[in-house]
Amino acid sequence: MNKITIRGVGKTFQVRGEGRPFAALEGIDLDVRAGEFLTLVGPSGCGKSTLLDLIAGLTTPTSGTLQLDGRAINGPGLDRGVVFQQYALFPWRTAQANIEFGLEAKAVPGKEREERARHFLDLVGLGGFADRYPHELSGGMRQRVAIARSLAFDPEVLLMDEPFAALDAQTRESLQEELLSIWEKTGKTIVFITHGIDEAVYLGQRVAIMTSRPGRIKQIIDVTFDSRAGDLRADPRFGEYRHHIWTLLRDEVAAARRDEVLSVG
Amino acid sequence: MADNKGTALATESTPSPEKSEQFPGDVHWYDLPDDDADPEEEAEPEGPPVSGDTRLRRVIRKVTSLGRRSAAVALLLVVWETFPRLGVVDRVFLPPLSEVVGAWYELALKGELGEHVGASLGRSLAGFALAIVTVIPLGLLIGWYKPVADFLTPLLELFRNTSAVALLPVFTLILGLGETAKITFVLYACAWPILLNTISGVKTVDALLIKSARSMGLGPLRLFQKVILPAAVPTIFTGVRLAGAYSILVLLFAEMVGAKAGLGYLINAAQFNFRIPDMYAGIITISLLGLLFNQLLVTLERRFSTWRIT
Repeated sequence: MNKITIRGVGKTFQVRGEGRPFAALEGIDLDVRAGEFLTLVGPSGCGKSTLLDLIAGLTTPTSGTLQLDGRAINGPGLDRGVVFQQYALFPWRTAQANIEFGLEAKAVPGKEREERARHFLDLVGLGGFADRYPHELSGGMRQRVAIARSLAFDPEVLLMDEPFAALDAQTRESLQEELLSIWEKTGKTIVFITHGIDEAVYLGQRVAIMTSRPGRIKQIIDVTFDSRAGDLRADPRFGEYRHHIWTLLRDEVAAARRDEVLSVG
Repeated sequence: MADNKGTALATESTPSPEKSEQFPGDVHWYDLPDDDADPEEEAEPEGPPVSGDTRLRRVIRKVTSLGRRSAAVALLLVVWETFPRLGVVDRVFLPPLSEVVGAWYELALKGELGEHVGASLGRSLAGFALAIVTVIPLGLLIGWYKPVADFLTPLLELFRNTSAVALLPVFTLILGLGETAKITFVLYACAWPILLNTISGVKTVDALLIKSARSMGLGPLRLFQKVILPAAVPTIFTGVRLAGAYSILVLLFAEMVGAKAGLGYLINAAQFNFRIPDMYAGIITISLLGLLFNQLLVTLERRFSTWRIT
């Protein structure tokens, strides 16, 4: 059963001062299954974030169609929650009030809002930080609040745009682990963008690899382990997946670099 | 352009609207930054109960810091008192401080001072309040709706560069010598810092916050109410604080030109009638008033922008 169906999607931008349009995505075909954790890797500049914006309904495709549960996506909505790399918390709201934001948009009554916000603060392990403002929290805590905010209004799909890229390695690992356990608990469909191969293999049930610009889906790899217990990264299969994706990406990264040199030079 | 997040070292601080207090052509000596940040008054670290010794040391440090910060003012007062007495300056034109204070006290006793202060404050506050009420909505409109901005910006640019003082005769001609002209004059002068800060407050809202709110399905109206407005409040308030200072500084000028009451009138009339100590008493009053008003607004501003610490 597919949650998200993407068919032949392309997106071009008109760049100021340049005559020809800039193609970010071209002919994207992708199915995201209900309840799966899909990671999306690609060289920088390949249009990963553009693809996520399209699924979020923040922009419209130049060609092709996007569907959620068989209905065309035409605008943002609370059935999808987006988590950004830079947290995007409202600095004038406390952690609690930030989580309530989406619930206000959903017109949830005050009392229930408060309870649900508390519940999700507890879920991300920040029960004692309800009254803190974002600037009083560390990067990892801010991202937890952002994740809690997106979960609180109970979207069916969680769209995550390199959410852990700005965090230090240790915080990142513990958040990855927590995200997996949240995913197992809540059964959300998650689309997770990353440029880290390790992260993609560790988190994803499937890893979609994108080509360099204009971005296309190059290949989708199923990631299965006999057991996810213990140090998954030490599993020899982990190394195999990692190497396989690395090889696929290498050509694309080189192509992206050539393109960059061309456009700069 | 869509995906430039290659570096994993992006800074952690939440981006916040840049402080934009000053605009080219708008810089005056009284726009100098307020001495908000006072390193001496930083919160003392909480620790185990302090012994009497460190408490004493802390008191001493507080006293010396207070002494250091008020030294220049004290020096000015001493010079003011002694120089006329020693004949360094003509005491007719600059009477010693004690005489001025005496004159001030007498004016206050007679009720004359209160009357003038009341008249001035009434005008200042009326103009200031009217500016807040009318200009903030206008600024929000200009900042948010591009067509409005395109339509009004050239006109505003023109007026912004027309000094309020240049327009005072116009206000007087059209509105007469009464209160209306003076209040309009204050309103005009107060409008600019509020307007420019409101516009920039709306325009500099972090695009990511807007995107994040949009992703949660907020329409334009809710977006404005729940994101743009709260994000812009600190910047708007900076403009309000600047306007507060203007409201008092600028009014004095109007009162010197045509008025029967007010501190500007007092200062001018005292000079005319050679009541020099009274003149200085008026000047001191206006300084203190300005200082007090500004302090009040700074305190208010801080309350409104506690979250803007990054």
